[in-house]
Amino acid sequence: MQFMLLFSRQGKLRLQKWYVPLSDKERKKISRDLVQTILARKPKMCSFLEWRDLKIVYKRYASLYFCCAVEDQDNELITLEIIHRYVELLDKYFGSVCELDIIFNFEKAYFILDEFLLGGEAQETSKKNVLKAIEQADLLQEVRLLV
Amino acid sequence: MPAVSKGDGMRGLAVFISDIRNCKSKEAEIKRINKELANIRSKFKGDKALDGYSKKKYVCKLLFIFLLGHDIDFGHMEAVNLLSSNKYTEKQIGYLFISVLVNSNSDLISLINNAIKNDLSSRNPTFMNLALHCIANVGSREMAEAFAAEVPRILVAGDTMDSVKQSAALCLLRLNRTSPDLVLMGEWTARVVHLLNDQHLGVVTAATSLITTLAQKSPEDFKTSVSLAVARLSRIVSSASTDLQDYTYYFVAAPWLSVKLLRLLQCYPPPEDGAIRGRLTECLETILNKAQEPPKSKKVQHSNAKNAVLFEAISLIIHHDSEPTLLVRACNQLGQFLQHRETNLRYLALESMCTLASSEFSHEAVKTHIETVINALKSERDVSVRQRAVDLLYAMCDRSNAKQIVAEMLSYLETADYSIREEIVLKVAILAEKYAVDYTWYVDTILNLIRFAGDYVSDEVWYRVIQIVINRDEVQGYAAKTVFEALQAPACHENLVKVGGYILGEFGNLIAGDSRSSPLIQFDLLHSKFHLCSVPTRALLLSAYIKFINLFPEVKGTIQEVLRSDSQLRNADVELQQRAVEYLRLSSIASTDILATVLEEMPPFPERESSILAKLKRKKGPGNLHPDLDENRKERSANGGTVAASPTPSTDLLGLGSTITTQNSAPPASKGTSLLVDVFSENIAAFPVETPVAVGPVADENFSREGGLHPYCTLGDSFVGIQSWQSIQFINPKIPDMRCLPLAPFPSRFVCKNNGVLYENQLLQIGLKSEFRQNLGRMYVFFGNKTSTQFMNFAASVVCQDTLQPADPTVDGGAQLQQILNIECMSDFVDAPVLNIQFRYGGTLQNVAVKLPITLNKFFQPTEMTSQDFFQRWKQLGAPQQEVQKIFKAKHSMDTEVTKAKIMGFGAALLDGVDPNPSNFVGAGVIHTKTTQVGCLLRLEPNTQAQMYRLTLRTSRDTVSQRLCDLLSEQF
Repeated sequence: MQFMLLFSRQGKLRLQKWYVPLSDKERKKISRDLVQTILARKPKMCSFLEWRDLKIVYKRYASLYFCCAVEDQDNELITLEIIHRYVELLDKYFGSVCELDIIFNFEKAYFILDEFLLGGEAQETSKKNVLKAIEQADLLQEVRLLV
Repeated sequence: MPAVSKGDGMRGLAVFISDIRNCKSKEAEIKRINKELANIRSKFKGDKALDGYSKKKYVCKLLFIFLLGHDIDFGHMEAVNLLSSNKYTEKQIGYLFISVLVNSNSDLISLINNAIKNDLSSRNPTFMNLALHCIANVGSREMAEAFAAEVPRILVAGDTMDSVKQSAALCLLRLNRTSPDLVLMGEWTARVVHLLNDQHLGVVTAATSLITTLAQKSPEDFKTSVSLAVARLSRIVSSASTDLQDYTYYFVAAPWLSVKLLRLLQCYPPPEDGAIRGRLTECLETILNKAQEPPKSKKVQHSNAKNAVLFEAISLIIHHDSEPTLLVRACNQLGQFLQHRETNLRYLALESMCTLASSEFSHEAVKTHIETVINALKSERDVSVRQRAVDLLYAMCDRSNAKQIVAEMLSYLETADYSIREEIVLKVAILAEKYAVDYTWYVDTILNLIRFAGDYVSDEVWYRVIQIVINRDEVQGYAAKTVFEALQAPACHENLVKVGGYILGEFGNLIAGDSRSSPLIQFDLLHSKFHLCSVPTRALLLSAYIKFINLFPEVKGTIQEVLRSDSQLRNADVELQQRAVEYLRLSSIASTDILATVLEEMPPFPERESSILAKLKRKKGPGNLHPDLDENRKERSANGGTVAASPTPSTDLLGLGSTITTQNSAPPASKGTSLLVDVFSENIAAFPVETPVAVGPVADENFSREGGLHPYCTLGDSFVGIQSWQSIQFINPKIPDMRCLPLAPFPSRFVCKNNGVLYENQLLQIGLKSEFRQNLGRMYVFFGNKTSTQFMNFAASVVCQDTLQPADPTVDGGAQLQQILNIECMSDFVDAPVLNIQFRYGGTLQNVAVKLPITLNKFFQPTEMTSQDFFQRWKQLGAPQQEVQKIFKAKHSMDTEVTKAKIMGFGAALLDGVDPNPSNFVGAGVIHTKTTQVGCLLRLEPNTQAQMYRLTLRTSRDTVSQRLCDLLSEQF
């Protein structure tokens, strides 16, 4: 996977994760282009589209669009389920997640993503294991560690 | 909310985010942000040392501001400080900031790397993971330099925790992607492969991705992963859906891992070991079988996960391309999906079938779905699905269905989305050319393209139709008639005017006999469009007009008047004005003969890869573009699986498709030739800037600008190319003494053939393509290096009156070099010029001298004549020295068709029904040299019983008779 974007129906970026080195300017341009393209699509259209030399896989959950860019050889359907599993993880962690959770706890959304995907590849697909890792980290909060 | 907001809730951050959300306008938001930035800056600069919590809070705010899309130019140092905090959440935010806002500020990088190093050696798995995530997220070169050796050690160490192994595997994957040169294979590679056997499915999942990436880089090192991956896959596929516990996803066993394993297997050819191969086939069959089972859940996640595995399995089946049963089953399965109610599945089925169409085993099976695909093109509501349908139609097209597919694409074009029109136009143009049985259909198709989607017809497309019409005599009359009719429409697209102007200018005479398309009517028709056209089109029309003056002297007055009008002679556009002036002058002072020479019909264009195809490739990138089965297969087998990145030496020197790319990767040829090739392939896609009279005195005296003579060239830059053309002019005898070298004669088949492999030894292959017209010729010489080593000091020169500029001094292993020779026949000759090649291979100097197959008959122009004419001329050439006769034994089987082909290949027109004895062959033609033209008649009488031939040549010049007789008698 080359990158993942989360954005609202109004086109506001809520999360962006880049797995390829790109300059700030390029990132902004790509996000702008893609957000526009996807928002222009009708609800019943298919979840995949060709975009430049990448394949875009996207899905809308309530007010949020989840969008991944994968390479030519990558599997679209499994990418769609990567999105779903990530949504499940957020949902389980926040308890019926909504856009506001992601806005106010954006850092958590990033941490969960890092446990699930790393370098653009699925690292751990078991929901239990990912949540366990995050909860363990949460337990460390405010505990002064003796190094 | 759970634990999240309990301990580490940063109130200040939440307040700030609320403020931003409450801003009513963009300006208010920017104001609020600037206020916050000022506040944070003052806190960071302040005298009072900040506690960890505040630092964390401010860094987090900066991060938030950055993610809103604003620039952040400070705070990096504070974030780096957080990395060494002993509070986990502070460290975590520090790492997040670094991961998101990478800055290759060198002082900081070393600090960051230090912090990472500490955490990696902390033996605390949570800290190690944070550090590994950071490396994976940043993935910079500096980090690769620092950690490319350390990460593999962590990955394979016996005491590393599973979760750390997972992070380490993907961290290494990222480093390998950004800096593959720094990730060195070593003792650890074998141990990584064995992670495929790990108990922990999460570890296997991460490791499989890593191994796939590394296997693409060095397949040999990871060959053993094939059997392990098959074993693992087999266990997953045959497991009950609950066996894998949390790795089962909506009743599908480990879909992610399955997909990754199938992907890994696509790095290799089918397993050689029969048992492994059998096991894999079983797995693939099971996956195909499962697709037929009733779903275990109605949830879309279930079907998606199941089908993700299925599609990946199909990709592997296509990649192996060796099991016809599996391929056909895959095709049938996809056929079912073509009509599925899920749009996603229809999309993917169309996409996947595209690759299936290129396998010889499944091509026919794919073709059976043509109606469904055409229907998809018409009825799908989503443009991306329709686009896939277009791709699939293109991929499944062959001679049997080309007319139907082209017709469907054309009719779709009228309503197609603007975004994909140009691509459809290119595809239609390519299919029409590739599968044209008769070229009238091709011409019709292209004109329809211009009619339906003129705006999307790029220059390449209309250049191409002209190239083809010029190169094929049989279609010229039809093309002239068709464009003439098409131009009748009151409003026609400018591209049609261009094609029409060009074609009528060249071939208008072919329809001028019909009073409805008399010269004047043709001219009036073209000129009626003139004022509506852009400057380049007008320039082209002016050139068509001057060509008309040559074709039809009767309209000369009318055209001169047009040229003379103020709107032309004083046109504000320099190019138009110059053309008008030059053409007017040319038509006034030049004699008919000179005009006829200057404005002669265009010579055929060299055959080469269609410029349209090249354009489509540029648009789409290489890949599954070519509907041609053989070429795709060749390409695939050359890649031996997946990975062979080294250029494979081109097997067919003259093959156009694949060779072109090889040429591109070859070192640039010397200035002279490379310029030429460039000009040819890029700049003026279809139009070689060459005039039939480039060397004539007329051209030099009357026109300072050679290029201005060429009616259709408006591209200034390309004239540079002319300077580098090398002309060999040769007059007999002029070959210096070459006998000291072993001189390879050319194969005698070249007398009747223009293309082929001229010479070959273990090191070098020399291929030729050549074309001749009247007394001029052009020869493309391809030097192919058959070895894997570079040739040094490579030099190829033609021994003739002129020597040629040297070619590029090196030819890389497996590469090919091209040289172009221009040839002009000054008078009749016997000896062929010699091509001398010298190069250094290894330590030794290699010398090759080979005669170029330039023989007198190459300058033959066939002449059709009636029986009466033939015998009249035959009698006229009755002087004893004009006739040469030879009786000889047949060397080959005496097949009538082969004989006919040879005589035509020789260059003479084969005249039917002239000789009273039908088994005899007679031919006629004219040999063109610069100084004279020599009419030639020939007669070949076979005697099948005696296996003998009698060949008689009569020409107006004894040397020509003798030479042609010698050349032709060698052919039978």
